[in-house]
Amino acid sequence: MNFIIGAFKPACHISVAFSDAKSRKQVPLKKENGQTVMVPFFRSQENITGKISVEPILGKKVEHNGIKVELLGQIEMYFDKGNFYDFTSLVRELDVPGEIYERKTFPFEFSTVEMPYETYNGVNVRLRYVLKVTISRGYAGSITEYQDFVVRNYSPTPSINNSIKMEVGIEDCLHIEFEYNKSKYHLKDVILGKIYFLLVRIKIKNMDLEIRRRESTGSGPNTHVETETLAKFELMDGAPVRGESIPIRLFLSPYELTPTYRNINNKFSVKYYLNLVLVDEEDRRYFKQQEITMYRLGETS
Amino acid sequence: MMISNGIEDEEKWLAEGIAGIQHNAFYLHRAVDSNNLREALKYSAQLLSELRTSKLSPHKYYELYMRAFDELRRLEMFFKDEDRHGCSIVDLYELVQHAGNVLPRLYLLCTVGSVYIKSKEAPAKDVLKDLVEMCRAVQNPIRGLFLRSYLAQVSRDKLPDIGSEYEGEGDTVMDAVEFVLQNFTEMNKLWVRMQHQGPVREKEKLEKERSELRDLVGKNLHVLSQIEGVDLEIYRDAVLPRVLEQVFPDEYHLQTLETLLGACPQLQPTVDLKTVLSQLMERLSNYAASSPELLPEFLQVEAFSKLSNAIGKVIEAQVDMPIVGAITLYVSLLSFTLRVHPDRLDYVDQVLGACVKILSGKAKLEDSKATKQVVALLSAPLDKYDDIVTALTLSNYPRVMDHLDAGTNKIMAMVIIRSIMKNKTFVSTSDKVEVLFELIKGLIKDLEGISTDDLDEEDFNEEQNSVACLMHILYNDDPEEMLKIICTVWKHIMAGGPKRLPFTVPPLVFSALKLVRRLQGQDGDVAGEEVPATPRKIFQLLNQIIESLSVVPAPELALRLYLQCAEGANDCDLEPVAYDFFTQAFVLYEEEIADSKAQVTAIHLIIGTLQRMNVFGVENRDTLTHKATGYSAKLLKKPDQCRAVYACSHLFWVDDQDGIKDGERVLLCLKRSLRIANAAQQMANVTRGSSGPVTLFVEILNKYLYYFEKGNPQITASVIQGLIDLIKTEMQSDSATGGPASDAFFTSTLRYIQFQKQKGGAMGEKYEPIKL
Repeated sequence: MNFIIGAFKPACHISVAFSDAKSRKQVPLKKENGQTVMVPFFRSQENITGKISVEPILGKKVEHNGIKVELLGQIEMYFDKGNFYDFTSLVRELDVPGEIYERKTFPFEFSTVEMPYETYNGVNVRLRYVLKVTISRGYAGSITEYQDFVVRNYSPTPSINNSIKMEVGIEDCLHIEFEYNKSKYHLKDVILGKIYFLLVRIKIKNMDLEIRRRESTGSGPNTHVETETLAKFELMDGAPVRGESIPIRLFLSPYELTPTYRNINNKFSVKYYLNLVLVDEEDRRYFKQQEITMYRLGETS
Repeated sequence: MMISNGIEDEEKWLAEGIAGIQHNAFYLHRAVDSNNLREALKYSAQLLSELRTSKLSPHKYYELYMRAFDELRRLEMFFKDEDRHGCSIVDLYELVQHAGNVLPRLYLLCTVGSVYIKSKEAPAKDVLKDLVEMCRAVQNPIRGLFLRSYLAQVSRDKLPDIGSEYEGEGDTVMDAVEFVLQNFTEMNKLWVRMQHQGPVREKEKLEKERSELRDLVGKNLHVLSQIEGVDLEIYRDAVLPRVLEQVFPDEYHLQTLETLLGACPQLQPTVDLKTVLSQLMERLSNYAASSPELLPEFLQVEAFSKLSNAIGKVIEAQVDMPIVGAITLYVSLLSFTLRVHPDRLDYVDQVLGACVKILSGKAKLEDSKATKQVVALLSAPLDKYDDIVTALTLSNYPRVMDHLDAGTNKIMAMVIIRSIMKNKTFVSTSDKVEVLFELIKGLIKDLEGISTDDLDEEDFNEEQNSVACLMHILYNDDPEEMLKIICTVWKHIMAGGPKRLPFTVPPLVFSALKLVRRLQGQDGDVAGEEVPATPRKIFQLLNQIIESLSVVPAPELALRLYLQCAEGANDCDLEPVAYDFFTQAFVLYEEEIADSKAQVTAIHLIIGTLQRMNVFGVENRDTLTHKATGYSAKLLKKPDQCRAVYACSHLFWVDDQDGIKDGERVLLCLKRSLRIANAAQQMANVTRGSSGPVTLFVEILNKYLYYFEKGNPQITASVIQGLIDLIKTEMQSDSATGGPASDAFFTSTLRYIQFQKQKGGAMGEKYEPIKL
């Protein structure tokens, strides 16, 4: 059987190398097949330059109708799998039609590329950036090669960042007042706060703080919402009495969070919520959910 | 069977817990040996998760805790060695806080915290403060207590005490004290909470568990005592008050009372001694209340006198203490006394006396808080003794009240009255009444400085109504004493002024009349023997009382009361007295009652009362009825005249066995009222061009029917026939004016006659001649 496989082997080997590959930071990216690979990461308006080399299988020639490289920003909805929606598409022609006999290298450059959206791998949606090299051939079909990379964008520290303070309760049963120190957190931030018990008539067993991600895809009647609990952090053990105040200190760094995305290309949104959950001795849950805005703070180092 | 199962189960759970710890400890050791921090944290968190169990009693839990404790020691050593795990202590301090479960997280945090302090990379006080704060997250009593005890344990050698290497750079011994005290306070809270949790049937078991944990809490005090930097001053100013607030076994408090109290006056004025002492007294009284067998203990240590002395000294020592503070202290002492020595009235009085002493130096109280406290002070005995009379024997009670301003005095008076009403306590001697009215004098008369004009009328009415209610509760079975009570009350309310008398006189009058009724029957004017409480005497008093209303003036009220008295006198067979009351009533009617409507009401009252009187001789009765009939005919409006006159007909026909039955004069009255009705009819014709309502005729017809049935020989079927025909023509002549009411009235009257006719028998025969 081996020779059959050999027969379908691509006629050439294509590789993409970024010019600053050594110095550029690499980040892990989870591929479709579940494997995690390290890929370079870029920010919007950076120059993406490098070299593409095409190396025919030894002793063979590659006849082609032209070689091009495309920089694609794509959104893929999972209910519509395999169908990519390109929101960014840039093309560079690398070679005019001809034949390649031996390894040939083509430099390429996309300068100050506008990449407003971040790479995202969600439950129902994926946003990716990819370099696609195409060697067009007439009858034999084109040869393509993909090179993924990740885009992340930094936000400045928000100028207004109020705390979230709220009094909630069930009449004559439970009254609490809680406070989170901010409403906007960066990905490595710490949530500080406290919960003050004004009235406790139920037997509380414990209290958790959950971080929930709400991903909504599509629009109008086709909107699909998926909520995941990314963190479940126990805040309190046991039943408090009236007047007790319980501290909150939750480090966000251990969790795989992304910034809040609002209406990305009219395709999807990702929002984050803090959900305060009180559980009583009969396992009834009392909760209050508050949206928080996540943002990516520029790395100072 | 159940219990033994419970114990077996517990053993099983403990074994499971230990196995869990051992299992994780194995991996933990491996991780530590290979310097793998991440794994070490993971397994230590899992190991500590075994401590999250709720199934073990404190005793067994302790066993489990000790196992975990040993492992934590080992972990601490690993944490200390930065070279091995390659993580700075600051990062480590954050890293352990990533643990999702709170209990393992906090154990790890305390462990790292201890290393952190040792590293001196941050001030010890900051780390300690953070730890003691974060530990709040565990609110379960047992788990919380053990966690905090762990914290106390690991921090013990790292307190910024004097001479310790952690002292300095802003860390003072005060921080150490503060930390220990806070941890201690929180532990105490948790410990106390154990008492209130769980089902009642397990109370005993809980108590046992609680006492097992007591040592854990107590350890803090031990630590505290070892802090060398605590000198007397710090102890006095900071430690003692805080410690005093905490839960010590009560018997301990009781026995050391003297030492404790001795320390108090020496404390700095800034220390809130008031709270400390108040709480102490409250605790002790709760303790005393918990079991009656404890009382001898209190007596033995002379708790009251010690407390009382201490308070006196404290007040003396703290010159600047606001008066409210002093009074608050006395309130606490009083409630202590009431609970511990409810039988010792002299103690209560003593406390009140002490208050008087404080208050006497000052003018009337202006401070609203202090006033409130005084009210609390005065209310306490009332609440305790259902019997207000007890309070009345306290000689200092009114003296304290004297120091209240008029407004509060009133409020207090209301409180007293309400308490009496609530308990239905009968105040039974005139002496007590005297004291009582002295107490509530704010309600009884105008106090200087406050004019009744600016008072809210509703409030005033309510107050006076309360006083009125109160009078009904003054009672003694002995008529003589009762009369004395009435005289005392009278003496007091006389001073009340015209605004109060209308409220206070009626209840007193009725109270006196009640007494009269009690005496009636036993009284026969026993010759020679001086009986002080005779109806005659009471009536004399009543006369005076009612006369007082003339200053108000309230003639209508007075008239009613006179009539009531007349009835009373009637029942006692005292003709002259009754006559006199009637005379008074008539005089009032003539001279004071001018309003026509009031006159109508009054005359009907007079007629009604007079009708029931049977004590009068012919002559007196004639005079009075004559008078009444005369007034009736002189009313302003014709319809009123008519109605009053036909009502007078009853004065001549009393429907009992030996009542007067003067048919002729009845007929005269009725005829007279018919004439008036006629005149009214004509008058209406002239002025309004239509005849007046026939209602009057129908009413008179009904009177005719009444006397007809009662057998008045003067009222015959033909007379009635005539009247019916008259009404019929009147109604036909002008049907428009009849009005539905009088129509219906007439129709149902006729229906009644019809009914009587059909009924047959003697009555039917009587009615037979009447044609409808």
